[in-house]
Formats: sequence, C-alpha cells, structure tokens
Amino acid sequence: MTVGLFIPCYVDQFYPEAAKATLQLLEKLGVNVIYPQNQTCCGQPMANSGFEHLTSGCNELFIKNFAEFDYIVAPSGSCVLHIKDHIHDDKQPLKAESVSNKIYELTSFLTDILQVKSLPARFPHKVGVHQSCHGQRGLHLSQMSELVAPHFSKPGSLLNMVEGIEIIPLNRIDECCGFGGTFCVAEEAVSVKMGKDRVADHLQHGAEYITGVDMSCLMHMEGILNRQGSKVKVLHIAQILNGI
Amino acid sequence: MNNEQKDHAALADIFNKDEARVDWHDETLWWIRAKRDKSVHQIPEWEALRETASQIKNNVLSNLHTYLQQFETNAQANGITVHWASDAKEHNEIVHSLLKMHDVTRMVKSKSMLTEELHLNEYLADHGVDVIDSDLGERIVQLAKEPPSHIVLPCIHKKKEEIGALFHQYMGIAEGISDPQFLTETARQHLRETFLTRKAALTGVNFAVAETGEFVVCTNEGNADMGAHLADVHIASMGIEKIIPKREHLGVFLRLLTRSATGQPITTYSSHFSKPRNGEKMHIIIVDNGRTVQLGREEFRNSLKCIRCGACMNTCPVYRRSGGHSYHNAISGPIGAILAPNLDMEKYADLPFASTLCGSCSNVCPVKIDIHDQLYKWRQVIVQKGYAPTAKKLSMQAMAKTLASPTAYHLAGKAGRWVMKIAPFALNNKLNPWYKNRDMPKPPDESFGEWYKKNR
Repeated sequence: MTVGLFIPCYVDQFYPEAAKATLQLLEKLGVNVIYPQNQTCCGQPMANSGFEHLTSGCNELFIKNFAEFDYIVAPSGSCVLHIKDHIHDDKQPLKAESVSNKIYELTSFLTDILQVKSLPARFPHKVGVHQSCHGQRGLHLSQMSELVAPHFSKPGSLLNMVEGIEIIPLNRIDECCGFGGTFCVAEEAVSVKMGKDRVADHLQHGAEYITGVDMSCLMHMEGILNRQGSKVKVLHIAQILNGI
Repeated sequence: MNNEQKDHAALADIFNKDEARVDWHDETLWWIRAKRDKSVHQIPEWEALRETASQIKNNVLSNLHTYLQQFETNAQANGITVHWASDAKEHNEIVHSLLKMHDVTRMVKSKSMLTEELHLNEYLADHGVDVIDSDLGERIVQLAKEPPSHIVLPCIHKKKEEIGALFHQYMGIAEGISDPQFLTETARQHLRETFLTRKAALTGVNFAVAETGEFVVCTNEGNADMGAHLADVHIASMGIEKIIPKREHLGVFLRLLTRSATGQPITTYSSHFSKPRNGEKMHIIIVDNGRTVQLGREEFRNSLKCIRCGACMNTCPVYRRSGGHSYHNAISGPIGAILAPNLDMEKYADLPFASTLCGSCSNVCPVKIDIHDQLYKWRQVIVQKGYAPTAKKLSMQAMAKTLASPTAYHLAGKAGRWVMKIAPFALNNKLNPWYKNRDMPKPPDESFGEWYKKNR
C-alpha cells in the first residue's frame, strides 16, 4: 500500500510539526508514505469564497500529484471534505472521481483502513477535543449532537488509546469555533466572538491542550489564546497520537 | 442609521460592541436549542420523521400546481373565498380591498411572517388602516417600531427591562417594571380590548390541506383563534409552499414543528379552519412572491420545504452572535440567507457569506433542507453574477494563480511565508482584521516541504 501524503498549504507553511507527526505516525504503522513535492493547496479558500470557478488549476495539479496512489491521506477534515465534494476535471473526470473516493482524513484512515487498535503514545495531560465541523458534520468523523443517533468518535477512539491522557468534558461538545476560511476576516467580529467562546469552554474545564483534526480551527483558537496571554497550547491530533 | 445600507458583517460588528449582550443573546438561544435536543432525543424515530416530512414536501414541490388547485376547489366548496396574489403588491391590494368592502379600518393580526415579507403593515398604515399584531412578541416589536428578529421568537433580542419600558410608554404601566408575569398580563388586558372590537382578523397559515380545503394555524397564545373567532371577516395569507396533500400528514409535521422550534411536544393551539361561521366571511390569499422562481432554481428549490420552525436560527453560532436584525431581511438566520437572494440577489449578496458552513443548520432542519450546501452554492451564483467586491475578486485571482503553480507557491513561501501575503486573513494588509483580536501564527524556520527534502 502506498499512501500519498497531502499536507494542506497553511500546515506546510505554518505548522510543519503537525505534518511531520502525520508522516512519522503513518510510517510507524508500517505504511509506505510519499509526499509529492509539487503539491500546493486543495483550492478550498477560493471555492468557499464563491470562486470555485477559479480552482481548476488547483484541481488539475491535485490530480496530477495524487491520482496514482492507493490512498491519499491528509491531516485535515476540511481540505479532505473539499476534495471529496468539489474536485472535478472535465478533461479527466474518472481520475477526479478516483481521487475523491480514495482521499481520507488522517483519523478515519487510521480507524477505517488501518483499523488501528493500539498506539505506543503517552500524553499525561488534560486535553480538550475540538470537533472541527467539516470533519465532524462533513466527513462524519464523530456523531453530531443535533441528530438522534448512536454516539461514536473516530478521533476520540484513537485518543483513548493514548496512555495517561485525560479528555475534559465541554459544555457545548460540537459548536463551531468561528474560523470558517475567509469568514474569519470578512466577519471578524462574529468570528472572534465564536473563537473566544469556544476557547473559554475549554479553559473553564481545565484544558492544558486543545486538539483536533483541523489545524485551521486550532490556528484561530491559538491566535485568541496567545492574545489572551494563555499558557494553553494547541496541538494537532497527529502530534498527540505520534507521542510528540 | 439606515440598516439597509450596511451589510451583515457591519451590522454584526455593531451588535458585538456590547459583548455582555451578545453573551446573553447567545445563551438565550442556546437554551432553546438545548430544549430542542432534549425533546427530540425522546423520540427514537426522530430521524425517520424528518425523512418522511422531507419526502412529503418533495412530493408537494413536484406536484404543486395539482395540490394548489385541489386545495382551491375544496376550500371553495367549504365556502371560503380563494384569492391568488403573484407578489406583495397584489397581496396587499387584495387585503385592502377586502377591508374596504367590509368598511373596516382597524384589523387584528396574528403572527404571519409572510405579511412581514410582504410589508403589509406599512402598506395598510399608508392606506389609513390600523393593524395591531396580537402575538405578544410581535406586538412588542411593533410598539418598538422594529421588525421581528426571529421568525418564531420575534422579540428574542429584547430584555424584559426594555419591554417594561415600552409598556410604560405605550400601556401606561409604572416605570421600572420587568416582572414577566406582570408584563404578560398587561399585554393580555390590552389585547383583549383589541380582540373584542376588531371586525377583521388576519392570520398566517402553517399548513393548508389539499384533500380537505382546510388550513391549520399553530400558536402558543391562542391569539389567532381569539382574533379569528371574534371577527366577522377572517383573512388568511399563505405562501404557495404551505400545502400538504393530506390531513394525516399533520401527524408528521405537527410532531416536528414545535419540537424543532422550542422543544415543546406540540403548539398549545393547532387550530383547523375549514369554513366560515354562518353569516361571516373567510378569505384565503395564496401568494407566490418569488416562490415559483425559487422552485425553478434546481439547486435551491428545496428551500421551499421550510415549515418556519426557526431551529436553524437557534442552532446557528453566527445568528446567536449577530442577532436577527443583522440579516436585514424579514426572515433572518441560515434559512433567510438562502431565501433572500432569490428575492433580490444584489441586496442580499452578503447573507450567504454570513456563515462558517458548519452545517448545524442542516442537521436540525426538520424537513432536511441542505441549508449549508445551499449557502455554498449561493456564494458561487452571487460571485458569477458579479456581486462580489472588486478587492476580493482581485485577491482571489492572485491566490488562485499562486496556488495553481508549485514554483510560485514555493517562491512565495520562501519570501516570507506566502500566507502573510495572500492568505484570507491578510486580505487587507493595512488593517489586517485577523490581527485585531488574534495573534498571527509564528512562522517556522522551514516549511514541511523544505524539511522533507532534507530528511526523506
């Protein structure tokens, strides 16, 4: 099995540690991972802003970089959802479809494809788990509080394999953090207020770390935490699962 | 300040100047969302009910003309006069002509979001007709000369102290009273006089049953009944999408409506109106006002399944923190944001962007409207039609160009982390809105790509 590693552009540029942890974790689990070096971005920032028609360059490049792998794995629910829902290429529709079918967000790849049952990781800290909306409601990584349906959580089941970790409860288990791509600047006031409220829920319950499957939400919350002078850190879930 | 000139972001910015009030507004609506959760989790077949309701409504939308004609025939056979209005102007003229015909200059109205959409009150006021809204929340915003901020809870943005001040001003109670029970009793006495003296009553319609020609009006206060039962003329205004095929379908919709709206098992009053009492008149006005246009938009037509429960507003983290008036439309929140651009794409071009696309709205929707997907699709339509700001267009073009080219991407990265230059949160470098309340991430020494080249 050869996996193409897709690292979202802002993770590549700002959070290389999350990307390294993803790569190392997959390698540790015996997966042959290749990182195509000509990759850039999934195209979501344009598409969610109403400019999906400008994403054909990104789509072509993505297909060129990733079409040949058995699986594509990325440490992001949001970018994976975008590729799944919106990648298209009129010149090579079958390739676009195959990319859409074989791309996985990291935690669902670990639970559904690798069927990981244990992890050699230890993280003796109080951790708040942020449910990123695109991963949760878009990719169904965990059950949603609005639905009358049985509970499950792919990221949660993996975190429970980590020795010493204490997952803190939250008042609102799956409320959006307010990042929302360009929303974070176009609707600055509401975005910041949502972020402050989300962070406060974690702080109130004694979180030392906030983790999640999407670095974008975490970047937004980190920006707020740092501005408040908080000691609480954000970590991508790959970093905890990899035992940092 | 004219709200119509500001967009959602600007109005939300004003709303957020008072953070304690935002917290109060958010908590109040979240409490209702929590009540909804508690109530729906007691119904094991909840998701099947939603699916059934969705399918009934899909069937209605695909056979609307048949059901509307069936409804008209049956309503007429019951002795109801049926009118058709293609837009607000026609609707409002019909109401006015009916009032003139019966020599009525004062009318009592129960809550009807349709007449808010059609600006009936303003029209009638201009024509010398005095309208009193009899729903308590609606009456309060009417006294405050404001539109409702929520389709089910029209005055949810008002605190009890503010309501006390309004009642002091308009109903003569002592200053400084904020006891909810006292205020409600005051409104009750005040409205009692209205109910007894009005000869005409207008109500909305929650469901119109094609097979029987009857319509159902749901209220908690019984105000629709009080108005309609005491008046000589009952006018009911309904959008064409309010049709359901059979009476038995109420067994699905009435179970969904109020659990979704407020967490109650059912509205206190679900009143069936099927024919006028002896010697009295009953009129139904069936209104299009852009609905057939929406029906023709394949990607947006199922927004017409909406039963106006307001659950999408209560759950929306943006609505809760920006308030209904920030949407500058009769129907606010996520559902308003997908309905409004159909009516005026330029005026409401901002609304589909007033969302993080978190998807909670679609999950609570009792008729399974894919609200957040439609928000995404409206964004594409609005940009394609040319309603995107030029600065945004230019930055998106620059971004698309950089991201389509690995060379440009890597160069931009080396030149100081490209995100700083073209990323969403650096759109306006002069006054970077990210930095106002958030620190920027610290750029690392090397990107992952650069590290990978050295280490693998």
